[in-house]
This record gives sequence, C-alpha cells and structure tokens, in this order.
Amino acid sequence: MSEHEFRPKSKVGQWFNDRLPLLTLANHLTDYPTPKNLNYWWTFGGILTFCLITQIVTGLTLAMHYIAHADMAFESVEHIMRDVNYGWLIRYIHANGASMFFLAVYIHIFRSLFYGSYKSPREIIWILGIIIYLLMMAAAFMGYVLPWGQMSFWGATVITNLFSAIPLVGEGIVTWLWGGYSVDNPTLTRFFTLHYLIPFLILGLVVLHIWALHVPGNNNPVGIDIKKPSKDTVPFHPYIVIKDGFALLMFMIVFAFFVFYSPNILGHADNYIEANPMVTPAHIVPEWYLLPFYAILRSVPDKLLGVVAMLSAILILAVLPWLDTSKIRSAVFRPLYKQFYWILVADVLILGYVGAMPAEGLYLLIARVATAYYFLHFLVILPVLGFKEKTIPIPLSITEPVLGGTPNLAMAKKKESKIE
Amino acid sequence: MSEKKTKRRDFLFTATTAVGAVGAAAVVWPMIDQMNPDASVKALASTEVDVSSLTPGNTITVLWRGKPVFIRRRTQDEINEARSVKMEDLIHPEKDEDRAKNPEWLVMLGVCTHLGCVPLNDKGDYNGWFCPCHGSHYDTSGRIRKGPAPWNMEVPKYEFVNANTIKIG
Repeated sequence: MSEHEFRPKSKVGQWFNDRLPLLTLANHLTDYPTPKNLNYWWTFGGILTFCLITQIVTGLTLAMHYIAHADMAFESVEHIMRDVNYGWLIRYIHANGASMFFLAVYIHIFRSLFYGSYKSPREIIWILGIIIYLLMMAAAFMGYVLPWGQMSFWGATVITNLFSAIPLVGEGIVTWLWGGYSVDNPTLTRFFTLHYLIPFLILGLVVLHIWALHVPGNNNPVGIDIKKPSKDTVPFHPYIVIKDGFALLMFMIVFAFFVFYSPNILGHADNYIEANPMVTPAHIVPEWYLLPFYAILRSVPDKLLGVVAMLSAILILAVLPWLDTSKIRSAVFRPLYKQFYWILVADVLILGYVGAMPAEGLYLLIARVATAYYFLHFLVILPVLGFKEKTIPIPLSITEPVLGGTPNLAMAKKKESKIE
Repeated sequence: MSEKKTKRRDFLFTATTAVGAVGAAAVVWPMIDQMNPDASVKALASTEVDVSSLTPGNTITVLWRGKPVFIRRRTQDEINEARSVKMEDLIHPEKDEDRAKNPEWLVMLGVCTHLGCVPLNDKGDYNGWFCPCHGSHYDTSGRIRKGPAPWNMEVPKYEFVNANTIKIG
C-alpha cells in the first residue's frame, strides 16, 4: 500500500484531503495492488456487492408499496404485481435477486475453500464473511415471510419453532419471537422491521470485510504470499475493474434469464395461497439455498440434536481456519485435499437434493450418510490431512513458474500441470 | 499516600460501572419485553365451541390464540386403543385417562411439538395423527409414538360449559 505518499494535484483537493482524506481512500482503492493471476472465481466479491445494492434498492422501492399487516400483506404484494408501475419487475428482481445473491455467495465461499483463502493471515476476513452469510440467511428467511403466503407462514412457524428445542427457556423464547401464541401480525411487523435493518448491517460488515481484505491483500490461485506492489501485482483499476465488470455482465445475463423467463421457478406455488393457520401445506420446503442445512436438521431423529447439528454445520465454518492444519493454501498444491474438496462439493449438493425430498426411506438414509460425511470432512479429514498429505512444492512467485526459473520451480510446474 | 488514593478511585470506578450497568439493564428490558405478547393478544384468551353436530369418529379444528385446536369425538375402538397402551411404550408417558377426562372427547392443540406444523387426521402408523412436515406419528390419544417430535400434543385448559359447548382457555 503506497497511498501514504498520495497527494492530490489540485489545491482544493489538497485542502479537502487534509481535512477528510477521502481522496486518499479513493486513490488506495484504484491503485490497490492485486495479484495478476486472479481468475474468474475471484470476481464474485464484486458480483456480491452488486447483489447487495440491487437488493437494497429494489427492497426500498418495494417497501413504498408493501403493507406489513397480516390482513393486507398478501394483497399488497398482489397489488405490487398488478397495479404498481413496473411493480412486477421490481418484485421479481428482488425475489430472484435473493437466489442470485446466494448463488454468488456459495461460489465465493467454495472459492475460498479451494484456494485456502480462509487461512492465516485472512481469518478475520473469513469470519466476517461467515457473519455476513448468517445475516443473509436471516434476511432471506424474514423476507420470505413478508408476502404472507402459505410457505411464508409455515416456514416462519417451523424456523421459529427451532428455538423451542432449547431446554427450559425455549418455549418462552418462541413466544417472545412471535409476540403471541402463534405466528401472527406481531411476528410479521417485526420481521419486516428486521428484514429492513439487516441489509444495512450487512453493508457495514462488507466494509469491514473489504477493509480486512486490504490489509494482507488478496489471496491468489497459487496461494503464496506476494510482494505488493511488485511485478506479481496489477493495480485494481483498470485491470480488475474491467475483469470484474465483464464477469458481472455475464452474471447479469443469468440473473435476467430468471427474472424475465422463469421468475417463479425458484419459488413455491404454495406461496401464492394466502397464509392459513389451520392447514399446513403437504410438503414444506425452504428455499433452495437453505436445503443442505434443512437436510441436516431432518436427518437427526432428535429435536434438540437436530437443531444443534444444523447450527453446528454453519458455525463449524467459523473455526475452519484452525481445523485446516495444512500450511499450504491452494488446493492446486494439495493433491489429496483437492479430491476431498470435490467430495465435499458433491456432499453438499446431495444434501441439498435430499433436503428437497420427503424425509423418509432412502432419502433419509442418504441424508444421514451425507450429514455424517459433512462433519467428518471438517472435524477429521481436514485436521489429519494437514499432517499426512504430501504437498507439491509451491513456487516462489506468481511470475517465476510462468517464465521458468530454478529447477525446483520447473518441477513444481510439471507436477502442477499433471494434476490439472 | 498514593495507595489510599488508588483505593478511593477503584471504589468510584466500580460504583460508577455498577450504576451504569443497572441503568443500562433498566433501559434494555423494556426494549426486549415489548416483543412479548401484548395486552390485546392476551385478551383473546378463550374460545367457546359448539360441538353438538360432531359425531363419533370425527374431528373439528377450531382456532384458539391463533393456533388450531383439534376436538375429536372418539369411537370406542379408539378409546380402547389409547387406553390399552403400556406406559413404557411411550416416548412421553401420559395416561389417556389424564389427557381425556371424558373419554369420548379429546381436545388438544393441533400443533406438532416438533416444529409446529398441523398434523393430519386419521393418518400415520398409530391411527391417530401424522405430521407431514418431518414425519411424526401420534396415536389416538395424540401421544407421540414415532418421529422427531419430543412431546405429546398439548392438551389445553378446557371445560364443558354445557353438554354441547366446550370452552377452551
């Protein structure tokens, strides 16, 4: 970081910057030295920022028309869809935007898992990311309740009832969350309030996330520490801005496909039936992005332990930097970890699939095996792998393996290409 | 000399922190408690239901405090089945005699004790109720027999006001 020497050219700029160094900040952001080998998996941070802003802007405009009341919420959503100018567009962007947000965040998280971006010295970035992810899930869940359809109502009932698993105080907590003896109007109004608040909390955490990122700088596909700035780095602007922008455009094509061609494919038809506290839909399923955790919840036959397992599945990620004992960051140089990584990806996809299926018979069995493997990966495989795995020698810089170098590095390069 | 002064200052720090903590708690509590059920919610405490049209083997569902309540007029077979179960076979042991004071009438919250879905009538492995959400089976007394739910379906406070009317709550 070289911005401490930065001085605005104009007199006015200098006068302002001496009083509030915003121009120094802008200069830091444009000049920020970035590893030059970042691939497209690194563009999802920018895509996620776009998703957050999209959700905030569409959410604010929807809030101008939505009515948070149990008697009027469902109708007001239909009012948005039918009467409000472009209301259908704004709502479909917001609803599908949530799915796109999670799609991007899962790619972002799995990129970190592959390249070891959570490892020292980036643990705080990672933990902030997990907190953001938790808040995203809370925001998405509460947002899904607002249309007050059948899935809204019963999803809210099931998820808030998770707290009743807590011994002694559980029931009291659930009543407190509801503001009554069931999910009802008080629940809806507070969920709306919190749904409105959380994105701004996320925005604050994103600032911290990026701040914490800019201290050590980006990890990179090779996963080695690099000198900054050096011939291994490029300035963020224009190089990364253009790359992120291109990836964002590609992402927006996918986004637009959902919004314009299949806006309801990721939702549930039951949510177009108004909430009815007397009838539970035959098959309650959360949105796709929560399915793996739902599968874990259902795979445990005990209520409290099921909830504990589900929460542990998420919170275990927070201690991942200490569970992974390997000093090597990138999976490129970890032949065994690389295989276990793809098994984990498959495991999570399987959990997601069985989470959408009824919890019985073969599905339940698969869910149990996949749940067990999920924990096995983090609690046994990762800690042991750090000691047992024979890693491939890592190059000394990003540039050297490409331009050739010492015999040692040439060997590293050869082995790497064999694995790829 | 300095030691004595330090002690006085320590006392002031401790006292200030203590008063501050009490003050903060006093301000925080109303903010937390405002989320608990309010007076208007609590006021809807009881419901009266006319059950004269209910024939044996049928169930009606009524809403009480925003929750469904099952009122089932049980057949003799169902009563016999419920009363013949051994206590050690139950996950949450409760005698049917305690759950249905008048054996013909079973009144309970139609809320699965797992995660709060509404179980379905005349379904499941025990001829009682079955919760479609996560597969809990209840018997003809509404007791949990199989599945993730930890407790029997709750019997609310209720009474017969007269032969045809049940007052719940």
